[in-house]
Amino acid sequence: MKKSLLVVSLALGLAAITAAQNGTVLLNSAGATFPYPIYSKWFDVYHTAHPNIQINYQSIGSGGGIRQLQAGTVDFGASDGPMTDEQLSQSKFKILHFPTVLGAVVPTYNIAGVSGELNFTQKALAGIYLGTITKWDDPEIAKANAGVKLPNADIVVVHRSDGSGTTYIWTDFLAKVSEDWKKKVGNAATSVNWPAGLGGKGNEGVTGLVKQTPNAIGYIELIYAVQNNIPYGKVQNAAGNFVKADLAGVTAAAAADAKNIPDDFRVSITNAPGPKVYPVSSFTWLLIPAQIQDAAKREAIKGFLKWMLVEGQKYNEGLTYAQLPKEVIARETKAISLIQ
Amino acid sequence: MSAAATTIAHEVPPQAGPRAFLRRLRGGDEIAHLITLTFSALILLITSMLVYELWANSHLSRAKFGWMFFWTRVWDPNFDNFGAAPFIYGTLVTSAVALCLAVPLGLASAIFLSELAPRKVSDVISFLIDLLAAVPSVIYGLLGIFIVVPVMRTTIGPALIHTLGNVPYIGALFHGPNYGVGFLTAGIVLAIMVVPFIISVSREVLLTVPREQREAALAMGATRWESTWKVVVPWARTGIMGSVFLALARALGETMAVTMVIGNAPTIAASLLSPGDTIASTIASQFTEATGDLYLSSLIELGLVLFLITFILNGLARILIVATGRGGGRPA
Repeated sequence: MKKSLLVVSLALGLAAITAAQNGTVLLNSAGATFPYPIYSKWFDVYHTAHPNIQINYQSIGSGGGIRQLQAGTVDFGASDGPMTDEQLSQSKFKILHFPTVLGAVVPTYNIAGVSGELNFTQKALAGIYLGTITKWDDPEIAKANAGVKLPNADIVVVHRSDGSGTTYIWTDFLAKVSEDWKKKVGNAATSVNWPAGLGGKGNEGVTGLVKQTPNAIGYIELIYAVQNNIPYGKVQNAAGNFVKADLAGVTAAAAADAKNIPDDFRVSITNAPGPKVYPVSSFTWLLIPAQIQDAAKREAIKGFLKWMLVEGQKYNEGLTYAQLPKEVIARETKAISLIQ
Repeated sequence: MSAAATTIAHEVPPQAGPRAFLRRLRGGDEIAHLITLTFSALILLITSMLVYELWANSHLSRAKFGWMFFWTRVWDPNFDNFGAAPFIYGTLVTSAVALCLAVPLGLASAIFLSELAPRKVSDVISFLIDLLAAVPSVIYGLLGIFIVVPVMRTTIGPALIHTLGNVPYIGALFHGPNYGVGFLTAGIVLAIMVVPFIISVSREVLLTVPREQREAALAMGATRWESTWKVVVPWARTGIMGSVFLALARALGETMAVTMVIGNAPTIAASLLSPGDTIASTIASQFTEATGDLYLSSLIELGLVLFLITFILNGLARILIVATGRGGGRPA
C-alpha cells in the first residue's frame, strides 16, 4: 500500500516536472508604475485562463523598465513615455511600442472661499507653472472664471518631486501649449528643472501638500483624483472648450488623433484637436523586442497582446483607465505580426 | 577584533614547521585569528567595492562636469545639466538643525535616565526609547506631513518670523514665505528620529562610568549636579560623541522622512523656512525614473558626494575626540 502510494506520488511529481519543462512559459517584465494596477489584473486573469503562461511584472518605474529591457534582464518592458530616438538607437535590438491603456492628468487646487470647478486656460496653466502668473486673481485666470471671486493671494505651485509618467504627460502638455515653457524648461520629461514651486512625492504627496496649503495648485493622475474623490478643474482644449476630464474624454482624445498616430505608436496625444477632447492625456506603452528567439515566449507574448486588445480592455474602466479607441486596437492587432 | 587577535598571535613565539602550526590550530588561536581577520577584511572589501562602484558608475558625470559639480546650482534633467550644490547645502543644513535640537534634548534625557531617575522608571523609558529607534522612517515622515507641517505653517513659522525674524543677523534665517515644509521642518523631523539613538547610547555609556568616580566627586564636596556634569559626563565623553555621530550619520542619509517634509525644491536660501532638498532624498525620488545615462550617472555621483561628506565629517569627529581628549576625561 505504502509502496504504491510512493509510486503514484512519484509519477505525479514527474508529470508535474515534465509539464513545467514542456508547457509552462514564464515571462518577466518591468517598468511603469502608473499602469501597474491594470497590468497586474491582466496578468492575473490571463494566467487563470492560460495556466501555462505566467507573467511577472515589477513596477520599478519607466526609466528602470527601459534600462532592464535594454540590458536583456526582462522579456519586455513598460513605459509611460515613448522611448526617444536616442534610446532606441542605443539599444542592441529593435524595440516595438504597444499602447495598452490611456491615462490623464488633472489640475487640483485649494483656494480659500472657492468651492466650484475652476476653468484653466492653457496660458494660465503654463504661466502658473512657469512662475509668471503668481496671484489667483490674475486676469488670465479670472477671465475664464466669470462669477468666481478669486482671492488676491500668492499661488503655491506644487509638482512631483519623484520622476514620474504623470510629470511626463503634464510637461508634454505645457511644452505644446507654451513656447516659453519649451524654451525655458524643455520638452516632456519624467522630471524637469521646475521654475517654481514645491515638490511632493507621488500623487499622495502632491495631494497632501495641495490639501494642506492654502492657495495651492498641483497636478495628479485622473485615476487618483477619481478614486479619492479629489475635486479638480477643467482644462481648455485645442478647440477652446473647457473640458472636465473623464474616461470618455480621454478615449476621445486618442480617437481624434488616431489618424496621426505613426506606425511605431510613439505619439503624444496631448492637446489633440476635437471639441470634446480632454487635452492632458497620454498612452502608456508595453515595450516589446521585435525579435524573440524563444518560440514559446514569442507565442506567449503575441497571445497575450491579442487578448489584451480585445478581452483585456474590458477590465479598464473598472480600474478607472480609459479604453483604447477602436482605430488604435485595429492597427495594433496588425502590428503584432511584426514580432518575430 | 582583528587587532586583538593579531596581537595575541604575535605574542606566540614563532615556531617553525607544520607541527607547531597544528598545535596552535588545536588551541583555537589560529582559527580565531583567521576568522576574525577574514571578517574584518570583508568590511574593508565591501567599503572599497562600494566606493569603486560609485566611482566607476559616475564616470560620465565626472568627465562632463568635473569639480563644477560641487558648485553648480542647477539640476536640470531635461537639458542634461547637473550640479550638487543645493543638495549638499540642504543635507548639511537639515542635519545641523537636527543635531542642534537633538543633542541637548538627548543628552539631558540620558543624564536624567542614568543619574537621576529611579532604576525602574529608567528601564521602562529606555525600553520605549529603543522601540522609537526601531520605528520605520516613513512613519516619521507621515507624522511630519500630518502634524509637524501644519503646525509649522500655522503657528511656529509665523511666530518665528514675527519674533526672531526681526533680530539682526539671525533674522535672515526666519523670513520669506512660509509653506510649512522646508529645511526647519525636515530638521525637526530628523531631530525626533535621531534623539532615541543619542539617548539610548549615551545612557548606556553613562551607566558604565564607575561608581567610584561619582563617590570621589561627592566626597570632595561636589553637589550631585556638579559630580554629574563635571565628572561623569566628561568620563563618558567619547561614548556620547559616538552617539552624536551615529545620529548625524542617520540624519545625513535619511530619505523617506525628509523627502516628505522638505518641499523638494533644489534651492539655496538663507531662510530655514524655505523649501530645499537633500542628497539622499533626491536619489530616492529620482533614481527609478532617471532615463538618460548622464542623469543616472549624476545621481550616482550624488551618492559619491554623500559618501565623501560622511567620510569628512567622521574624520573631523575623530579629530574632535582626540583634540578634546586632554584634561577632564577618561584617559584614552
